[in-house]
Amino acid sequence: MTSSTDYTYKMKHLRRIIERIVESILTVSGAITSIAILLIVVFLFKEGFGLFSSPSVEKGYVLCVNADNTIEHLNPYQIKKIFDSEIENWKELGGADEAIALFRFEEIFNHYSDEELGEEYSLLPEKLGEVIAQNIGIIAFVPEKYAPKDINGVKILPIESITLSDFFGGKEWMPTSTPSPQLGVLPLILGTLLVSIFAIIIALPLGLGVAIYLSELADERTRKILKPAIELLAGIPSVVYGFFGLVVLVPIVQKTFDLAVGETALTGSIILAIMALPTIITVAEDAMRNTPRAMREASLALGATHWQTIYKVVVPYAASGISAAVVLGIGRAIGETMAVLMVTGNAAVMPHSLFEPVRTIPATIAAELGEAPSGGAHYQALFMLGCILFLITLIISITAEVISKRQPNKGL
Amino acid sequence: MIEAKNIDFYYGDFHALKNISMAMEANTVTAFIGPSGCGKSTFLRLFNRMNDLIDGTRLTGECLVDGQNIYSKSIHVDELRKKIGMVFQKANPFPKSIFENVAYGLRVNNMGDKSFIRQRVEESLAAAALWDEVKDKLKKSAFELSGGQQQRLCIARALAVSPSILLMDEPASALDPISTSKIEELIHSLKKDYTIVIVTHNMQQAARVSDKTGFFMLGDLIEFSDTKKMFLSPEKEQTQNYITGRFG
Repeated sequence: MTSSTDYTYKMKHLRRIIERIVESILTVSGAITSIAILLIVVFLFKEGFGLFSSPSVEKGYVLCVNADNTIEHLNPYQIKKIFDSEIENWKELGGADEAIALFRFEEIFNHYSDEELGEEYSLLPEKLGEVIAQNIGIIAFVPEKYAPKDINGVKILPIESITLSDFFGGKEWMPTSTPSPQLGVLPLILGTLLVSIFAIIIALPLGLGVAIYLSELADERTRKILKPAIELLAGIPSVVYGFFGLVVLVPIVQKTFDLAVGETALTGSIILAIMALPTIITVAEDAMRNTPRAMREASLALGATHWQTIYKVVVPYAASGISAAVVLGIGRAIGETMAVLMVTGNAAVMPHSLFEPVRTIPATIAAELGEAPSGGAHYQALFMLGCILFLITLIISITAEVISKRQPNKGL
Repeated sequence: MIEAKNIDFYYGDFHALKNISMAMEANTVTAFIGPSGCGKSTFLRLFNRMNDLIDGTRLTGECLVDGQNIYSKSIHVDELRKKIGMVFQKANPFPKSIFENVAYGLRVNNMGDKSFIRQRVEESLAAAALWDEVKDKLKKSAFELSGGQQQRLCIARALAVSPSILLMDEPASALDPISTSKIEELIHSLKKDYTIVIVTHNMQQAARVSDKTGFFMLGDLIEFSDTKKMFLSPEKEQTQNYITGRFG
């Protein structure tokens, strides 16, 4: 008798201990997850904001001009134009009327022999200085190590950081351009918005139509087959959608609109629309089915037709759920990477129409992060893009949350 | 004038109404009483074909309104429902303004222009004894009204399309005593213009408002007679037992 109560007591004790252990495991795993998420966000922003203290000229290099040149500083875009020979006179930049002479570091070896440059190129800065001092229109791109410091007739342009306006207002994304990488994200942001917004324009009527069909018109059996099938679509890996887009959609778009290439913003929008459809359909359908039976009956009992009931009662009643569906669909579209990367052609230029290749933010990160040297301006710019994307999707999720929590009866 | 002839009704295999025949005269109030699940609501919902909305139901027999079988193929259900208004157990205003709730039936049936709608809304709200309470807040959401006001709004909404018959499915069961008595007064005053059929759980209510009462049990119409007679000297023992509260 005693041994049996003793046994029960021990079992109880043991169970309590196990429960405590499980409890603490759950608590710890929750805490770890939260911290991990927080760390990822902090890391993202830390790396991203490093961009604005990065030099606007390639790291380890400086730009030198003749001391008589009145130009004091150049922004990345101007530097690029100069070295692309698109700006050929200093007066275009507000300087003297003097032709610009480009001088790249390697050219010094055309002017001087190795002996003249001294042992281990010790005389190189001096010789560079001579060349620069002789030519009033010169701009030289030289390693900081050999920069002609404190030499008469030479002005070393101060090293500037990339500014917010270079980044957000820049219209060119050429992160590997030398001497000054072009990190303007405007084309990428606009590309993302163009593709996503057009995707929603395609997906919204289609999705709503299917949702209305499923919730109001389809008979029970059709719905039982169709709904899981649509939900299944949401589970197809995006690379498969991308593959489908590349093989099927791209040629169709190219032929239909008689374009040089089929990889366009439009193709991306169509693929994104297809991918966003399951989300829109499922969420909107749920919202409409949640319209109380009493609402439908009230409407029908007043002599309204089935259709009048749908668009005058069911859709308005489900409006908040439908908006949530749309917002979630947009969220899916904006963050989507792989499929878009595969079908939009990825030209990082300002988009002018739907029928041109564009590049989106996620596609840029995916395509370029592998080749961007860690810690460089390009790398940091990609992280900054990540931050932008994160903020956009955060805003979208919060909006969806707010909308879907809104009471339907407050609608009007 | 409503007439049911040999009605049998099935939900799938369930025989919900068994060979029911009865006639309701114009400008009278007929009450259906009986225990839960006896088929009284199902019977009521036959007359505006609300049961059509439920899958797997079957009906035999004839339902005549003004001499016309409402289940014949030539009947437009929307037209029929316009003629036969319905008030539900729970107030179910639309998530719209008070004005739009009442105007809804007029709008979906394309009845009249703006000024007609305005006038009709006012008349209906007045007929439902709600006008004085809401005339200053017609643009407010219907959900801001109290439960009793919402139910009267639903009655006004039903009246707006000028039906000749009003079906009421336990219209006061979710209301407090004061709101209930308001609804009952309303039924009294509406009687002169409408034929009213009301389903109720509350026997006192049936006794107070109706001219004739039908007692249903397990899908059978046990007894149908003048209300006074029914409550003073019922013919059937089951009726006697029910109204004296022995079951149900």
